[in-house]
Parts: sequence; structure tokens; C-alpha cells
Amino acid sequence: MSRNFDRRSFLKTAGLATAAGTLPMTLVEVAFGQSSRNFTFAYISDAHIQHIKGNQFVRNWDRGLIRAVAETNLLDPRPDFVFFGGDLAQLGTKEELDHGAEILSRLRGKLYCVMGEHDYYLDLGEYWSKLFGPHYYSFDHKGVHFVVLNSILTYDDWTYNRWPTAEQRMLEMAGLDNPNGSPFMVGEKQREWLAKDLAKVRKDTPIVVLSHSPLQKIYKGWNFWTEDAEEVQALLAPFDKVTVLYGHVHQIQYNKIGNIVFTSAMATAWPWPYPQSYAQVESYLPKLTVHMNRADPFFERDATGWQFIDVYSGRVAVNYNLYNNKARRVAYNEATGQPEDTQYQSPDARIPPQTHY
Amino acid sequence: MSPMRCVILLAGLLVSLPAAADEFTEQDLKRWEEQFQAVVKQGRELWTSGSLGTNGVACAQCHPNAANTHPETYPKFQKQLGRVANLWEMVNWCLRNPLEGEPLAADDPKMIALLSYIAWERRGVQLAPGKH
Ligand code: HEC
Repeated sequence: MSRNFDRRSFLKTAGLATAAGTLPMTLVEVAFGQSSRNFTFAYISDAHIQHIKGNQFVRNWDRGLIRAVAETNLLDPRPDFVFFGGDLAQLGTKEELDHGAEILSRLRGKLYCVMGEHDYYLDLGEYWSKLFGPHYYSFDHKGVHFVVLNSILTYDDWTYNRWPTAEQRMLEMAGLDNPNGSPFMVGEKQREWLAKDLAKVRKDTPIVVLSHSPLQKIYKGWNFWTEDAEEVQALLAPFDKVTVLYGHVHQIQYNKIGNIVFTSAMATAWPWPYPQSYAQVESYLPKLTVHMNRADPFFERDATGWQFIDVYSGRVAVNYNLYNNKARRVAYNEATGQPEDTQYQSPDARIPPQTHY
Repeated sequence: MSPMRCVILLAGLLVSLPAAADEFTEQDLKRWEEQFQAVVKQGRELWTSGSLGTNGVACAQCHPNAANTHPETYPKFQKQLGRVANLWEMVNWCLRNPLEGEPLAADDPKMIALLSYIAWERRGVQLAPGKH
């Protein structure tokens, strides 16, 4: 259990707190000057529910999501709502989405969902929509404007003409390192929608954007990448305080580009190597990031985890609560004007497991 | 003896000798490289295959491009095993656990293919035996 959580007494009892300390989800607290405007929400991402056959699903991934949901339900005070950050399914099937939705249905409170590529490329999000609603949307909550984008679209030719079957299209996109994949993008239609949506919003309103892929370019080979990231960033540039929360990468990343603060979510399913661990390529991991600890394969849930986020006057701070590691906190530092790890940012403070190679 | 006759004599000698152990041609090199690359390709197929284990999970799901397998660090001490282990033993660890599969013998052609693929993706990285 991290000091942050103890201090805030988010959980009712010490017993629950101990269990909670090992569970993967993201609790987001948006804090303003007036405490009446403060609120929290939880953020669970990348469950990758994987169907084997009949009623069998990969146990490991099921456990990750079940724990996240159970943990979220223990939060006290209650978060205002819960976000699921995409990749509920592994291959986008009805079985996987239904099974995932059933686990998520145990959540108490309102659920907002983000589309992931693993949910999308079988039927282009049709069944997902039946369960969870529109692919992109916005809403206002206690003075914050939330925008949810479907950032995992790609070139039409790849989506509509390249593959003989929908199943093959799904499989090709599901392989992270598959050279037959295609770069993610928000696309022109949605960017036009976003421009219109933002036109109604005052420039001093804090904006929180949720997307599945990072709305920045880190490593194209694994789609830690959004092809039209610069165009989307340009639409967000006029606002004073913008935070982008994204999934997909299964690791801790944070960055600031112009006025936009980016922070990733951990997966409930499994961690990914940092792109720099692939010796054959160049990647552009944000320099700000202090890595998550290297995972230990002897602990099934290691390096999966959950984040808890405060926003000071509309600035979001992310607390990662990790199963087998100490919690991490990445907060916007008013003094330096960038997101920083409150414990490990200084190079002297880092610990050996944070070195990836 | 004129230089010309010398060359002719030498050529005759070469033809009459059986191939010596260290004599290989460009063609041999090419063939051996092809043999290796064919096994790397099999390794990549196994790496991305959901049928290596029993639950449909593939190595590539957690190790894209075989990243985070660190072949250059083996043999090394594995604290959970309490001894110095070889790379193939860790392949079997992941095969048994996340893939819920059966371990492979160290000289099983599938194991050799997996190890070849791992090594190929890590080419150029300096040996660092024992490093964690
Ligand atoms: C659920 C995710 C997962 C799957 C699936 C998985 N592994 Fe792993 N494996 C890990 C993690 C995490 C590590 C630790 C990485 C590290 O040391 O940084 C690891 C470590 C290893 C290592 C040792 C690396 C080292 O640094 O010492 C090898 C070799 C390995 N895996 C091979 C495989 C093979 C082969 C497969 C498929 C049969 C596989 N793994 C499937 C998660 C996975």
C-alpha cells in the first residue's frame, strides 16, 4: 500500500487496503482549488480477454481484469466513474467481448469505454458498439471537458481492401510486432468532429482526452504511435491545460509536448518491453519517463497495475499502483512545468530494476 | 622454372587433393546462412503461434521481436531457480507458465528454432554473461 493511498484513506479498512494495493486499475482524482469540484475516477486498461474454446478463456488475463474490477468496487469514497482504456478483447470476438463485458458489469458506477484495436478489427467495432455505445464522444464533468477518441483507425486501403477475411485482418493487427500491420490514426472525419466539439469549450477549461494509442510518436514498429498525432495535438494546443491518458503500451510512459501532458496506463493483462529493448531499431521514448520496474515472469501479475490520478487546478497526477512493485506517482510539477515521478525522477534516485535493455 | 609452369603445377596439385577441412566456398557460406535463416523463420513462426502451448497464448504477445529475452546474459544466476541457468531453461519456464504448455528438450528442433530466432533478433549485442 502506498503512502498516497493511506493518506487519502481511499479504502475503508486496512485489510481491504492491503488487497487493494496489489490490484490493477487507475483511480483518477481531479482536484481544483475548491474541494467541492474535486473528483476521482478509476482507469482500467488492456485486459486482452482471450477465448480458448467453448467456455474457456486464458485464466491469466481473466484474473487481471477480475482483480481490477473487485478493487475498483472497494474504493471509498466512490470514484465518480470508471474508464476502460481499450483492448478488452484479444481477437475482437463476440465471446471475448461478452466475457469481458460480463466482468466489467460487476463494476459499481458508470463505465466509459475507449476502443482498442483488439476490439475493433474483426467487425470494425460493431459488436463493441452494441455493448458500449459510440466509438468517440465527449462529456463534461465538474468543470472538466472529457473527450474520448477512437485513435486506432488506419488507412482505408488496409482496412477494406487488403485482407481476404475479417478474421485475418484482426489477426494481422493483433500481432504487435507484425510487419503487415498498419499505423494507427484518428483520421480526418474524427478530427473534424473534434474541432467542432472543442469550439464550444472555453480555453481555460481543463481538457482530459482518452485514446487507446499514444497521441504521440514513440515507436512505429509496435504502433506506440498515432500517424496524425501532430494534427490532433494542434487541435488541443489552444487550451491551457490538456492531459492525454492512453493505454496500448502496457508500461509507464509520460511526456509533455507543448501544453499537452501525456500519461499512459498499465495493462491488467501483461507488461510490454520498452521499445529500446529491441536492439535492431531506433525509438523515441519520451526522455521524461522513468521506466517501470522490469517484470519478473515468476510473478504472474508483476508489472501489471493500476493508476490513481490527482489533478491540481486541472492538472492530472497519476498514481500507479502495482501488484508486485511499490506504487509510483507521476505528478505535474508546477515549478518545472512538466510531469515528473515524485520519488524517482532524479537520476540518483532511480533503482536497478528501472534499467531496461 | 618459369612462373607459368609453376602455376600450372600448383593447379594440378589442388585438383588432385581431397577437399581439406578448412576449405569452404562462397556457395557453402551462402547455403549455411540459408540453413540458419530457415530455422530462424521456423522460430519466428513458433514465436507467434498460439499452438506452441495449450491456451492459445504466443511468446510474441509478451515478447515482441523477442525483446526482453536477453540471450546475451546467459548462462546466468536465476534467483527463483537458485542456480545458474541456461537460456533454454527460461524458454521452458515461459512455455510452461504463461503458455500452459509442455517443456521442450534442449535439443528439440523446436527449441533450437526458438533459440535461433531469439539470437537473431538480438544480433550485434555484446555478450554479457551473468548480467541480470
Ligand atoms: C505473459 C507474458 C509472457 C509470455 C506469454 C512469455 N513470456 Fe517470457 N518472460 C516474460 C517476462 C515478463 C519476462 C522477464 C523479462 C525481463 O527479465 O526483463 C520473461 C522472460 C523470458 C526469458 C528470460 C529473459 C531474461 O532476461 O533472462 C526468456 C528466454 C523468455 N521469457 C522466453 C519466452 C518464450 C520462449 C515464450 C513463449 C514460449 C515466452 N517467453 C512467453 C513474460 C512472458
